[in-house]
Amino acid sequence: MTVNPRFYPLLATIAIFVLAYTVCWIQFPAMLSTRVVGNLLTDNAYLGIVAVGMTVVILSGGIDLSVGSVIAFSGVFIAVVLRETSLHPLAVFVLLLAVTTAFGALMGLIIHSLAMPAFIVTLAGMFLARGAAYMLTIDSVPISDPFYDFIKSSYYLMPGKGRLTVIAGVMLLTVLVGALVAHRTRFGASMFALGGGEQTARLMGVRIGRLTVLIYAFSGFMAGLSGIVFSIYTGSGYPLATVGTELTAIAAVVIGGTILTGGAGYVVGTLFGVLTMGLIQTYIVFDGTLSSWWTKIVIGLLLLLFIVLQKGLLRISSAGQSVRHA
Amino acid sequence: MFRSLSRIAPQLITLGAIVLLVTAFFPDFILIGYERERLVGPIIDVLKRGAPVALLAIGMTLVIATRGIDLSVGTVMAISGAIGAWAISSGLGLAPTLALAIGAGLLCGLWNGCLVAVIGIQPIVATLILMTSGRGIAQLITEGRILTFSDPSFAFFGSGTLFGMPFPAVLWVLLALVVTLLMRRTALGILVEAIGVNRSASALAGVNARVLLIAVYMAAGLCAAFAGIVATADIRGADANNTGLWLELDAILAVVIGGNSLLGGRFSIAASVIGAMIIQTIDTGILLAGFPSEYNLVIKAGLVLIILVVQSPNLAQSWRFVKDESRRRRERSYEARKELRS
Repeated sequence: MTVNPRFYPLLATIAIFVLAYTVCWIQFPAMLSTRVVGNLLTDNAYLGIVAVGMTVVILSGGIDLSVGSVIAFSGVFIAVVLRETSLHPLAVFVLLLAVTTAFGALMGLIIHSLAMPAFIVTLAGMFLARGAAYMLTIDSVPISDPFYDFIKSSYYLMPGKGRLTVIAGVMLLTVLVGALVAHRTRFGASMFALGGGEQTARLMGVRIGRLTVLIYAFSGFMAGLSGIVFSIYTGSGYPLATVGTELTAIAAVVIGGTILTGGAGYVVGTLFGVLTMGLIQTYIVFDGTLSSWWTKIVIGLLLLLFIVLQKGLLRISSAGQSVRHA
Repeated sequence: MFRSLSRIAPQLITLGAIVLLVTAFFPDFILIGYERERLVGPIIDVLKRGAPVALLAIGMTLVIATRGIDLSVGTVMAISGAIGAWAISSGLGLAPTLALAIGAGLLCGLWNGCLVAVIGIQPIVATLILMTSGRGIAQLITEGRILTFSDPSFAFFGSGTLFGMPFPAVLWVLLALVVTLLMRRTALGILVEAIGVNRSASALAGVNARVLLIAVYMAAGLCAAFAGIVATADIRGADANNTGLWLELDAILAVVIGGNSLLGGRFSIAASVIGAMIIQTIDTGILLAGFPSEYNLVIKAGLVLIILVVQSPNLAQSWRFVKDESRRRRERSYEARKELRS
């Protein structure tokens, strides 16, 4: 049985995650417990959700630098609205998701209608969302709500006393939905086509304008959802939170095997990218003697490894194709 | 001369408009005084504080002209600053300290350039690697602390005065002049633009694209090293966590406000540094005009969006369309009148 070369980056990601986990397990046998796995999923839930949105944007050949600021805005928005009004948190969530989705759609509209690079438009969006968060408040606002306490205290007890929290479950569900949307719907197919090349996508009959708006709206929705999860995780809203998360999310997408030029990759790979990055942090915590800056250096090395790996695979597969053509 | 002036005219007009706007809120903005043998005033302050972004924008312009982007310059600032502070505080003397700090910047540029030109990684990803890991390296050098020093000769690069002007301001103006002359008085500028327009075509035309690309990224590293030295000398300490944080985004913004296309090709360094001054005037102006500092980012985002919309290629196209259409209509009515007369 031969494996399609398209799966190589995904398989490499999963293999490296398994390998890294094995190394951790040999050194610290306690790492192999559902408690550690549960914490790994909970601690990285917000990153996983936002990375799903980022994967879709990157697969379409774009980039969204605004997500970190949108997460911070979401936290502040929820905290301030809950403090000032007596709305139920669920109603606030719906309101927030509408705001962030509209924000993403607006950025998509500007990118398409003004033919500006996504990089610059979402950069302006990043300033705008962060600024909007500052305008709501410049302090850290605690959230005290019975509904929040309820969500925080409810979990599914896995065998081995590991806790699968609600937010970890939301993250896994998001990855599932993201994978279905990207690989099983017409929207996903058009998005891959756009990532492959705008000209070809247009010739295929994809409505580029509508698609661009939808893609950035999707990313905005995911950033809003991630903001909700982050506010549950930290129990507060703080306008200076999650600075630089957009770059962490991009790194997770790349480690997950998605090619940054767009057109090739898997949403599931991104989950493993996020978990690999979380694993490095967990290892450093377990070790106790390493300084936190090693996290950054190791993540940089992993990025390099994956990109060189992808380059190599691309060369091999294109060489194979040219042999077949000859 | 006239043509190059008309190239930077939109940026100059924008800068003038923003200066006027700030002056309307804060009339003392344009006052320049002379105290203790140096110029003082808000505008001099803008020239000095804008130095790191202006320095970064010079290198970034060249990188963007080759259709690349360099996300790592802020981190390279931190690395150079950390090495400079470490060298000067361990008693190496000024010349070796500068050599080490600049060498670190060049080395970072070489690394980026090799990833882009030799291995062929997309610039945005290649430089993302150094951006994430570089801050870890800088923290490794400072061992997680803020390295402070008191050497006055190194501090001169941040707070010294030359010809009555703050040294950082003199530095960026000089560097911009030197690089512009180097690019425009030799064929180098055209070769850089050729790579940006079409790399394979320029290679076929005999341009050594690989070497030139590496050189361009090294130039960006050099500029980042200068910016790092200025930022570190200014506060007499190296803060690996915060030196140059997010300045790469400001530098890219400066280049874009300078009217340079992110898709490479023609570039103007003068327009980019004016772009950097526009950003700094906005930042300083918002503070001086007395707006609450919470509004800074929103106002900045709004102004940036307006500038971008005005420069949008689509808008220029539709503007040209309207102009052509009205001319055609005028000609048609003119001909109709002529026919009526005859």
